[in-house]
Amino acid sequence: MSVVEISYIRAVNEALAWALARYPESIIFGEDVALPNGPFGATKGLRARFDERVFDTPISESAMVGTALGAAVSGLRPVVEIMYGDFLLVAMDQIVNQVANARYVSNGALVPRLTIRTQQGATPGSCAQHSQSLEALFAHIPGLRVGLASNAVDAYEMLRAAIASDDPVLIFESRRLYAQKAAVALDGPLEAVSGSRVVAEGGDVTVVSWGAAVSDVLTARTALDERGVHATVVDLRWLSPLDLNPVFDSVARTGRLAVVHEANTTGGFGGEIVARVVEEMGSQLTAAPVRIGARDCRMPAAPSLSAALLPTPDRIAAELMTLVAPTGAPAS
Amino acid sequence: MSTLEAPAHLLALYEQMYTIRAFEEQVMELLRIGEITGSTHLCIGQEAVPVGASAVLQASDAVIATYRGHGWAIARGVPLAALFAELMGRASVLCDGRGGSAYFMAPDHGFLGENSIVGAGVPMALGAALARRFQRRDAIGLVSIGDGAMNQGAVHESLNMAAVLAVPLVVVVENNGYVEMTPSQALTAKPAHVRAAAAYGIESVLVDGNDPDAVGAAVERARATAIGSQRPFLIEAETHRLVGHYSGDLQAYRPPGELDAARLREPLVRLAATISDDEATDAVRARVARLLAEELDVARRVPPANPERALVGLYAGPER
Repeated sequence: MSVVEISYIRAVNEALAWALARYPESIIFGEDVALPNGPFGATKGLRARFDERVFDTPISESAMVGTALGAAVSGLRPVVEIMYGDFLLVAMDQIVNQVANARYVSNGALVPRLTIRTQQGATPGSCAQHSQSLEALFAHIPGLRVGLASNAVDAYEMLRAAIASDDPVLIFESRRLYAQKAAVALDGPLEAVSGSRVVAEGGDVTVVSWGAAVSDVLTARTALDERGVHATVVDLRWLSPLDLNPVFDSVARTGRLAVVHEANTTGGFGGEIVARVVEEMGSQLTAAPVRIGARDCRMPAAPSLSAALLPTPDRIAAELMTLVAPTGAPAS
Repeated sequence: MSTLEAPAHLLALYEQMYTIRAFEEQVMELLRIGEITGSTHLCIGQEAVPVGASAVLQASDAVIATYRGHGWAIARGVPLAALFAELMGRASVLCDGRGGSAYFMAPDHGFLGENSIVGAGVPMALGAALARRFQRRDAIGLVSIGDGAMNQGAVHESLNMAAVLAVPLVVVVENNGYVEMTPSQALTAKPAHVRAAAAYGIESVLVDGNDPDAVGAAVERARATAIGSQRPFLIEAETHRLVGHYSGDLQAYRPPGELDAARLREPLVRLAATISDDEATDAVRARVARLLAEELDVARRVPPANPERALVGLYAGPER
């Protein structure tokens, strides 16, 4: 096992190279992933190293996902790249009606051992069709596993876990974080497809987040620290399977819950977290839970407009302060 | 084939087609008396396509059909008792009652399943074919679709992708004259689907879909091309559906006399005339009837699908 300081996108690349080396039945395909080395570099060098097991496809998302399913149930271990999360919508029938049904309806005779990698989220100037955060659509579908990596270490470990899994897994990466570096231990023990993680501890409020929003929450948390408010931050990592035990443990201490995601607030997965915490331990809450997400709108391209809609660190900090000290008085 | 072998060969085809016909007629009866519930799509009149194709397919080939797929499953050797049980909502060895008539699978028999989304099986067959190429199995992925599916985007995506990626995919378009309940010519601009294949540089052939030997010859050629040249192939099989789109379809849309004309050309009538041995074909039908009664009897002894298992098997990993 070696520890290297690498970027998020390089961590993805290392996980893919690991999979191709470890599983002879694995293949990787998508738009521009082979000869052009990937639109964001996730597949850089893999065609040269693994030849025809890494190949380019037409811009045909339905055929790509269906191909992954047919290949998977025939014994391969495909990893298909969907360039933007928004393009998953083009393949919705294959993902929901085909992939998600295969194991259950066949009573286990078909094994949909496939991974769909994509990246999502808004970045300055990204248009409304290249900026959505759509994880809730897929977390709503039984039969799929859904994970979001908030850092380079998870980008490596969660993708390896996904590819190793016998279940169909969607991994949402964050384009905004692709250049962010971290110390990643390569070739260590494989994780399971499961598990949330407490990434910061504090006694005043429990903040649940995932994906790119985690870094915004951590920025907001630093600002809160300076004002004497201390937040526990749980990076949910996997929306399916859902591991809320660290959330329940933390809320039992803080009595306050906020959920932060970059996805639209209405119908977002944050509502599910709030509902489960209320069902499990509503009487222990000392304040009404808060959802902090994108304002319910289409995402405009102009950075000044998108910033007005997104859950920025400033907005997160302000809403958390209101949750902890609703009268405006400093927290005790 | 020598002339001496011909009767045996033709009788075997007749027996397989009649098995599918009699199975589905039994299904109609089970629907009527309530032992099967839900929408059921029969392939009565189209039996020559799966039977002709399956005569040349190998166990290593993957087949995907539509919701009108009982015939393909039977032609691939899926046991009749298991199929009856699956349709009857019983704890069938196929899918434990989860598939029903319109969406069951039997991969152990080279049948990756029916599909109840029109055209959606084509991408999956493309993947199955691709896997076989990677695995150097000298096998194909064959998908049967209706002519209505030729207007689905996923089908055209797959035709192009199979061509550029050199995938041994065989698409069989069963043109039965109707897109569900609307005449095909009202909905499809193309005069023939083989021309759509040509647009992608895909070799294709138009065959008499009521002649199992013609279908078999086409599939043999398609399979050889797919495996030998790593190229997809499309077969359009012209046939006619003698029943409604689904079990409750009253077929008011049919012009007068159409069914009577179609019944003169349907595959069982035609093959019986070719065989021209009433004693032999009568014996086949009697044998199939006995077999079906036995298989139905077995299916009726399979317990209903167990509700305690309704949540089981969604994931390989933890059930959450």
